[in-house]
Amino acid sequence: MSEPLLRLEHVERRYHMGGEDVRAVRGVSLSIDAGEHLAIVGPSGCGKSTLLNLLGAIDRPDAGRVLLDGRDVSALSDREATELRLRRIGFVFQRFHLLAALSARENVELPMSEAGLGKRERAERARELLSYVGLAGRERHRPPQLSGGEQQRVAIARALANRPALVLADEPTGELDARTGAEVAALFQRLNDDGTTLVIVTHDEELAAAAKRVVHMRDGLVVRDERGVAPAAAARGR
Amino acid sequence: MLGRLVAAALLGHRARTILAVAGVAVSAALLLDMVMLSTGMSVSFRSLLLARGFQLRVAPKGTLPFDTEATIADATATIAALRESPDIDAVSPVLGGNIHVPGANGTATSAVALGLDPRYQGDYEILAGRDPGEGEIVANDALLAAIGRGVGDTLTIAGGYDPQLRRFAGVRRVTIAGRARFLYLSRGQRAAAMPTASLQALGGASRRDRASLMMIRARPGADVETVRAWIARRLPRVTAISTETALAQVEERLSYFRQLAFILGSVSLVVGVLLVGTLVTVSVNERIGEFAVLRAIGVAKRTITAQIMIEGATLMLVGSLLGLLLGLVTARYLNAILSSFPGLPQAIDFFLFQPRSAWTALGLLAIAGVLAGAWPAWRGASLPVARTLREEAA
Ligand SMILES: Nc1ncnc2c1ncn2[C@@H]1O[C@H](COP(=O)(O)OP(=O)(O)OP(=O)(O)O)[C@@H](O)[C@H]1O
Ligand SMILES: [Mg+2]
Repeated sequence: MSEPLLRLEHVERRYHMGGEDVRAVRGVSLSIDAGEHLAIVGPSGCGKSTLLNLLGAIDRPDAGRVLLDGRDVSALSDREATELRLRRIGFVFQRFHLLAALSARENVELPMSEAGLGKRERAERARELLSYVGLAGRERHRPPQLSGGEQQRVAIARALANRPALVLADEPTGELDARTGAEVAALFQRLNDDGTTLVIVTHDEELAAAAKRVVHMRDGLVVRDERGVAPAAAARGR
Repeated sequence: MLGRLVAAALLGHRARTILAVAGVAVSAALLLDMVMLSTGMSVSFRSLLLARGFQLRVAPKGTLPFDTEATIADATATIAALRESPDIDAVSPVLGGNIHVPGANGTATSAVALGLDPRYQGDYEILAGRDPGEGEIVANDALLAAIGRGVGDTLTIAGGYDPQLRRFAGVRRVTIAGRARFLYLSRGQRAAAMPTASLQALGGASRRDRASLMMIRARPGADVETVRAWIARRLPRVTAISTETALAQVEERLSYFRQLAFILGSVSLVVGVLLVGTLVTVSVNERIGEFAVLRAIGVAKRTITAQIMIEGATLMLVGSLLGLLLGLVTARYLNAILSSFPGLPQAIDFFLFQPRSAWTALGLLAIAGVLAGAWPAWRGASLPVARTLREEAA
């Protein structure tokens, strides 16, 4: 059997808060294959964001292992983890988190510049990516001049900048109205159709329904792991 | 891209950036002035004393040159004795005294008069005309203005004047051969110079064959200290003091200025560091969320550190360059005030610009800029990514 893209083994994450121990993630084991489209759902505070940060090498587990391409992420140095996030993972946040002072194109270029890409090459790729997310012609606009939906598209383009193996999104439609949310959902669908592995934390049922696999969490644990086409088909059929 | 981020951060808060740059400019100006002050006086004293290459001054025993009214008797014999030394290249005797120019109704305009050998003198610079010959003088602007004469005019001078009786003694007619600037006198002091013999003739018996001071130039390659020791042995009735010794004495008196300059300079540097440090810290605190996002998407600590340090250094650099200009302007102004201080030689600069001062000030400021940015940069780069994202950027 081939190695999954991402594997979690008995992962735990605790926080100390005012003498009390909060066990945000309490022993999660999970395998995610390349090309999957996975949604993580569950009530507020059940540990979804914490888990996503662990998947993305932003945070480290207190116990257990996170393996990306078979490599133990939790054993990486800070510098190696940063490099991994830059080249292998794309992040999409609820509140977009673009740099307001930079243009849409510069925001997309930023990770490429950090990865050492030449000026011309990254300008060209940024233009391609912006047109891929439906923002051709808006390259010079700055985030404050764009709508929420448009900003999230720029953020998705930025996440794709260095051709990551994996895109992680935490409530990517949380700030958007139903219609723009659906547009962003469609964009994610297209991303996955084009081969990007997606893990999306969401409360948005429509977004979750588009996924081919839905992981349900409760109290820091995975309580249900639904695979198959049923939820996605139901969503598309509507 | 780094440049874009720095520019965005600095231009995004234009008013703050302008205030920081202005503050750094003021503190850099003060620093430069203080560096100039700390070296300016001793350097200009040195160049003043060595202006004509006279490394030794001979004064009556136990006195400093021109410190008293005392004079060296038997000047001719002394000069002859000095010229015996093969190491002595030139001897320039200087006699100090006064002359009086009769005005209307028996009044007089008095001036300092120097009797010297125009071929070897190191007391004045000719601004117009030429050195004085027999029956001629050179005068400075203060004297020419007071008597309303110019180069080429002829006038009556007297070696003695009794203000009660309004009587002049040793009267003689001379021609003004040149207009000169006297290095060792203060700006407003009226002064004239003429060949030693002329001044001695004006003074009657009391001035005959006397000199207040002899300036001595050693032959190239000769050891000045050896010459000084030789004079001390050969002429026990005079004191020879080398320029180096004189400078050491000056330096001692100037140490007060240097300490002041050091303290004020340090203060201005610290103020600059605190100013830039504060502004960069404020700016980093505002952008903690932004840095957490950058770190999350894979931007290295190194990049963030560099960005913040460059921000601090840019504020410092731009401010410093403006401060350099401001410092030069204020130094000129302060110099003008201090140079007209009575009793100080006109040729002394308190704030002497030397390229080295500018480099020293710039170097100190560059180090200060790096220091100012270091702490906020470290904070910005080493924040805990996951927690900061949750707290600041959620
Ligand atoms: N840095 C932290 N310090 C203390 N407690 C934390 C920290 N981060 C998360 N927690 C706690 O861990 C638990 C899980 O939080 P997490 O953000 O993962 O939940 P979530 O499922 O993403 O919730 P939501 O849907 O509201 O975003 C919560 O009880 C939260 O209070
Ligand atoms: Mg969450």
